[in-house]
Amino acid sequence: MSKTTERSQQESLPGMEHPVGPLLRMDRMPHIWCSTCGIGIVLKCYATALQEAEVDLDKTSIVSGIGCTGRVAGYMKLDGFHTTHGRAIPFATGLKLGRPELLVTVFSGDGDLTGIGGNHLIHAARRNMDLLVILVNNFIYGMTGGQNAPTTPVTAKSSTMPYGNFEPPFNIPHLVASCGASYVARWTCLHVRQLTKSMKEGVKRKGFRLIEVIAPCSTLYARLNKLGTGFDLMRFYHDNAEVRHDADTRDVGIKFQDSIICGKFVDEEKPTFLELMEAHYRKALGGRYVPMPAEGGMIREQD
Amino acid sequence: MKADRAGVLTGAHYLDGDFACGEGAMAAGCRFVAGYPITPSTEVVERIARRFPTMGGTFIQMEDELASMAAVVGASWTGTKSMTVTSGPGFSLMMENIGLGAMMETPCVVVDVQRGGPSTGLPTMVGQADMMQARWGSHGDYELIALCPQSPQEAFDLAIHAFNLSEIYRVPVLLMMDECVGHMTEKVVIPAAETIEIVPRKLTKKPVAEYLPYATNGNDVPEFARAGDGYRFHSTGLTHDERGYPMMSAECQNKCVRRLVDKIRGNADKIARFDEENTAGADVIVVAYGITARVARMGMDLAKKEGARVGFIRPIVVWPFPENKIRELAATAKAFVVPEINFGQIVLEVERCAAGRAATVSVPHAGGSVHEPADICNAILGAIK
Repeated sequence: MSKTTERSQQESLPGMEHPVGPLLRMDRMPHIWCSTCGIGIVLKCYATALQEAEVDLDKTSIVSGIGCTGRVAGYMKLDGFHTTHGRAIPFATGLKLGRPELLVTVFSGDGDLTGIGGNHLIHAARRNMDLLVILVNNFIYGMTGGQNAPTTPVTAKSSTMPYGNFEPPFNIPHLVASCGASYVARWTCLHVRQLTKSMKEGVKRKGFRLIEVIAPCSTLYARLNKLGTGFDLMRFYHDNAEVRHDADTRDVGIKFQDSIICGKFVDEEKPTFLELMEAHYRKALGGRYVPMPAEGGMIREQD
Repeated sequence: MKADRAGVLTGAHYLDGDFACGEGAMAAGCRFVAGYPITPSTEVVERIARRFPTMGGTFIQMEDELASMAAVVGASWTGTKSMTVTSGPGFSLMMENIGLGAMMETPCVVVDVQRGGPSTGLPTMVGQADMMQARWGSHGDYELIALCPQSPQEAFDLAIHAFNLSEIYRVPVLLMMDECVGHMTEKVVIPAAETIEIVPRKLTKKPVAEYLPYATNGNDVPEFARAGDGYRFHSTGLTHDERGYPMMSAECQNKCVRRLVDKIRGNADKIARFDEENTAGADVIVVAYGITARVARMGMDLAKKEGARVGFIRPIVVWPFPENKIRELAATAKAFVVPEINFGQIVLEVERCAAGRAATVSVPHAGGSVHEPADICNAILGAIK
C-alpha cells in the first residue's frame, strides 16, 4: 500500500503526467500485468481514442469479465465494472438498456468473451446491441496459468495441451460478422496508430462493434511455445501482419506463427437493437408507446 | 415516496399469481426486466413484455439465465429498478450473478416460481425444494432476503415489498413463489398509486471528490452512485475496500464480507414478517409457507376437531429466518410441525431454533401436488401423543 502511494505521488510530479493519466486510476498503479504483456498498450490506445474522440467521459462506462484483460475496468477512471467470468457482455447490455445515453465498452479477453462467454458474444452480435467490444486475444488463458483457449492456434502448446493443441480455434471476426456485428476490425498491439483510429471509429459508431487485438502473452504463450519475450512477438507481428481492409472474414483465421490479417473487415450502417426496438414499438403501439428515457428508467419523486 | 401512476393498474382484478407478481413489480417501479422462458414462471414476463412499452420500461429476452441475471445487475447500476423471473433450473444458473449482486451490493429482485426438482424435474407441477438454494445457492458467505407469497394478492404485495427491501439493504431479494401460487387465479386488488409506498433508489449527494462507493460511514449500507453521473466509481466481484478497489487480504475479506452478512443479520428482526395465529397456549405449532400454508390451515382445522390445541406461524420473510420468534415459541409449545413440499428444508431451521426445547416434526412431500390435509392433521395429532 505504502509503495503504491509513493509511486503514484512520484508519477504526479508536474510535467511528468502520463498523457492518458487523467483516464487512469493512478492510485492503483503498478498494474498486475507482466513485463512485455500487450494489454497495457491496448488500454493506452483506448484511452487515447476516448480523448481524441472527445466523448463525455462521465457518460462512458467500461465493463470487464475475468482474466488478465478483465483488469482493465479497474484501471480506468470511468464508471467501471469488473464482473463475473464471461458475463461482461450481458452485464453491459443491462447497463446500456437501463440508461441508453451511456457509451458502454466491454473490454475483456479471448477466453472470457469467446469461451465461457461465447453464447453472449454471438447473441449480442445478432441483436446488433449497442456495445463496443474490445477483445484482447493472446491465444491463451493467462491469469490461470496458460491453459488452452478457444483461440489457441492448432499445434501451439498450452499447459492443458502439453503436446500441442489439436482443436480448431475460433476465427473471431468471422464469427461475429456472420452473426450480424456492424463493425469488425482486427489489429495487433504493434499497430498502435491504426488500432487507436479503429477505436475512435468504434466509439463513434452504433450497434455491435468488435475490435480484436492480438497481443503477446510473454509469460505463458511465448514461454510455452519458445517464442521468446513479448518483444519477439512484436517483431513477429511486424514481419507477419498483413493489412487487408475489407478482407473476406472467412479468410482471416489465425494459424500458429503464420500471417495475421489485420484491418477493418466490416463497417456497415444498420439499425441497432435500440433503434429496432423503438421503431417497432412506435409502429405497433403508436402514441401509447413510451420509450425508456435516455437517462434511464429510474423513478424519481414526483412533484 | 408514492408509486409512479404509469405502472399501477388500479382496480379489482381476477389474476393468476404470475400476472399479479408482474403487476406488483411494475407498481414498485421496476422498469427493466431480463428473462429467459421457463415454466411455470413465464407468464410474469409475458405480462411485463406487454405492458412495459407503455410505461418506459424495457424487457429483453436474453439467451439464457446467466445472461438474464447479469443484465439485471448491470441495469440496476443505472438506478433503474430491475428484475428477472425463473424457475428451478434457471435459478441454478442465476446463482453466479446473484453472488455478484450480493458482492457489488446491487438492489434487484429475482422471482423463482418453484416447480418439482431436481434437474428438469416436474416443469408444470409444484415444488418448494429451492428454499435452501435461496439461502445458500451461490458460493461464499453472503446474506440475502427471501419472501414467500401464499396467494396472487400476496404475490402482488410482496413483489412491491421485495423491491423496497432490495433498495433499503442493497441486496438481491428473492421472491420464492411456487407453481400453485403462480398458476392459481384469484381476486387481486391493486390500490391507487397514491396509497402504494415505494422506496426509491437513493442517490448519494456527496461531491465526486469525497465519494467512496463502499464507505458506509457507520451505516449498514453504502451510498449509491449510478453509472453516468460523473462519479467514475469502480465496482468488482473481488473482495474490495471502501474505494471499491480489489484488496487481496484476510483483513479486507473480513471487513468486506462481514458487513455483507451483518447488514442482514443485524436487521433480521426488522426485516422479519410472519403471520401468527393462536400460538398462545398451543401444544403444537405448525410452521408453513407459500401454498403449503393454505393446505396446512385445512389440516389444522381437522386437528382442532380432534381437540388439538394448534397454533400457526407463516413466515412471509423466510430468509433471514425468524429465529427469535421460533425460539420464543419453543419455550411454550410441545412441538413444531413443518409441512413443506420438499424432503425437509425449512424444518432444519425450525429444529435449529427450537434447540431441543420443543420437538420438531417434518411433514415432507416430494412435489407434484400439495399435501393431503389429513397427513398434516395426523402429524399434528402424532406430535401431541
